[in-house]
Amino acid sequence: MAVKTKPAKTSVAPPPETTSYQGEHDGHGHGHDDHGPLMHHFDDMGQQRESITIGMWTFLMTEVMMFSGLFFCYAFFRWKFHDAFMLGSQQLNIDLGTGNTFVLLASSMTMAMAVHSAQVRNRKALIAYMIGTLIFGGAFLGIKAVEWTADYNEGLIPHFSWDATGQRWPTSHHAHEAGKVAGQTPEGYVWDFKHNKAVSIEQVKMYFMMYFCMTGLHAIHMVAGAIILLIMLVMAMSDWFTKGNDQPVEIFGLYWHFVDIVWVFLFPLLYLIAGFHPFGGH
Amino acid sequence: MAHSKPARHESHHSGANIAETHDEGHHVVPVSTYIKVIISLMVLLIITLAAAAVDFSQYGPALAPLNIIIAMTIAVVKAVIIILYFMHVRYSSKLVWVFAFAAFYWVVILFVMTLTDYMSRYMTQYPGQYTF
Repeated sequence: MAVKTKPAKTSVAPPPETTSYQGEHDGHGHGHDDHGPLMHHFDDMGQQRESITIGMWTFLMTEVMMFSGLFFCYAFFRWKFHDAFMLGSQQLNIDLGTGNTFVLLASSMTMAMAVHSAQVRNRKALIAYMIGTLIFGGAFLGIKAVEWTADYNEGLIPHFSWDATGQRWPTSHHAHEAGKVAGQTPEGYVWDFKHNKAVSIEQVKMYFMMYFCMTGLHAIHMVAGAIILLIMLVMAMSDWFTKGNDQPVEIFGLYWHFVDIVWVFLFPLLYLIAGFHPFGGH
Repeated sequence: MAHSKPARHESHHSGANIAETHDEGHHVVPVSTYIKVIISLMVLLIITLAAAAVDFSQYGPALAPLNIIIAMTIAVVKAVIIILYFMHVRYSSKLVWVFAFAAFYWVVILFVMTLTDYMSRYMTQYPGQYTF
């Protein structure tokens, strides 16, 4: 009964004898638990765990703030440039976007399993699931690289490879079939074959600014996560988490799942707004 | 209450510290839960695609916003599932709940407060504002 007392309550008035703890005891500090997972400024593991979790959530809060600024810009320009966003979205490859969603959700699953493996002290499973997460995360970045290369060739990247006439864009082929080539649309406009209306190229450019800022910031987070995960993989191989404190794996998992959540919103907002046609065509 | 810590202290010296680190406000989520979560996430991904394949605007202009409403509702459901189970918030203390909730409640404040401003005033010119 007393053992189950909540850590927060015990920390209110710690008994004097509990201030010395673990590694501070002479004569007992010979094993790997000489400097155990408990850091000296915490009363017990429960308090330490909760503090570290809240610290990570505070960091994620700032991440939410950063991304939500971009999401607001997206919402504002989608409201103002509605038709251009519909046309811009049609230039993207939904198959690749769906594949990316799939591998990212799968990487979240392997990450959750890695956290579980660390908690039950299974070193082999932890290493395997970390490698699995790295493979899925790498697959995501690989698909993104393929996508961005295609965007570059199709003149869809503002300032780097921007086709201001819209002639190289994927939907331009449809426009040609319909006889709606550049000469027949007003200056600075492209024809949206699907919705049968002229759309401002400058406004489509804003869609792609949002697309590359949002997916770019997300990809930077993926790269950072992969680097950290690589370091943690080396640590896991030397039993860092399975013999010591397993919580860093869980904390990194929070970050990884957060990046996944961002993509869960990015995918429908960027890829699916102009509709999805599974059997052929844009 | 005062006895709890010496008792834990003993367990360290008897080499039981591995088991000991797991019973302090810390929940190991079973694998079966993760499997259920990933299956529901994949099903929701398929529903998102299926919903995007239907163009609700063809059933009337009033139904046109349904596409984005359905897509965002599914995205929120997916996010909540990830937060509760993958990110362990469901098994965490009330304080973690508050922090997690505050993070996303901030987005609501940002959108509502800023949009009330943007939507209620005249906007200056922007490129291509004239439609045909």
